[in-house]
Amino acid sequence: MEDQVTKIDIRKDENIVYKRTDLLVDRPLSYCPGCGHGVVHRMLMETLEEMDIQDKTIGVSPVGCSVLAYDFMNIDMLGAAHGRAPALATAIKRLWPERFVFTYQGDGDLAAIGTAETIHACNRGENFVIIFINNGIYGMTGGQMAPTTLPGMRSSTSPYGRDVATMGHPLKITELIAQLPGTYYVTRQAVHTPNHVRRTKKALRKAFENQKRNTGISFIEVVSNCNSGWKMTPVQSNKWMEDNMFPFYPLGDIKVDGQLVPKKETAEKE
Amino acid sequence: MAKIKGDIVINVERCKGCEVCIAACPTSVIAMSKEVNGKGYHFAMKVNDTCTGCINCALVCPDGVITVYRAKITTE
Repeated sequence: MEDQVTKIDIRKDENIVYKRTDLLVDRPLSYCPGCGHGVVHRMLMETLEEMDIQDKTIGVSPVGCSVLAYDFMNIDMLGAAHGRAPALATAIKRLWPERFVFTYQGDGDLAAIGTAETIHACNRGENFVIIFINNGIYGMTGGQMAPTTLPGMRSSTSPYGRDVATMGHPLKITELIAQLPGTYYVTRQAVHTPNHVRRTKKALRKAFENQKRNTGISFIEVVSNCNSGWKMTPVQSNKWMEDNMFPFYPLGDIKVDGQLVPKKETAEKE
Repeated sequence: MAKIKGDIVINVERCKGCEVCIAACPTSVIAMSKEVNGKGYHFAMKVNDTCTGCINCALVCPDGVITVYRAKITTE
């Protein structure tokens, strides 16, 4: 019987269970094939759409691959100077407290040049959401070593692998800012499998709900791939990320409702 | 007996051929095409009718090119 059901029977508007949200502008994303930015953009826009706050939200885009985020997100956006997105978001939120504000930053932006702004905004306990995409490399400029590059990881400026003796240790900025009293919700997620995407969306929802209650900074780190910078195919890079990034950057909540989550719960994986 | 049947529609010109959706699909509905689209990417395409409409492929697609349909088909 079901063989008689033609494709036309299912392809009706009332049967749509998932489609790209209208809050993303209908134009191709400029990111490389397989890049996690696209998924995070879409989950962010879906969250805003579900909460129906798209007309009250102001985003701050960083410098990096996602500098063009304002081209894709159909909401009010501002572009900040390199690393200064938290400072700009602070100003917006203080002048317009009823608006929802988020910053969208990469690891070169947030953890290198913008470390001071990030730490002080978090320490002051400003009321906005920081979305931090960590791929362990400067993807846009050609795969140079970033503060978050893993020990031994090759990049164009560490061709023999990162040597911690001369190049220093990777910066776990998410754990660092979780210690500050101004942060309310700190979590680390990923977007390479459907389950992780669902969890990331839940985290985003929780972050914006927190902002509604003026609780303080909600900080979401998304461990993502950079297949161009890592010189791999998208599928290989996701596998590499699972094998190498996740042991160093364990997924899970680090701080929930202003309370640090005990270590063993943080380390739990799938 | 009621049966859930799904279907996907892929926006071929937007697909960048990253193949992430293939690993996400539990019923192996998606495969890469031999042809290329306007940008020169091998695009994802539906190759069989076992789709259940679970939306996994659409969730992980970085470019959001997949639209998922799901319907309950009642058979006697």
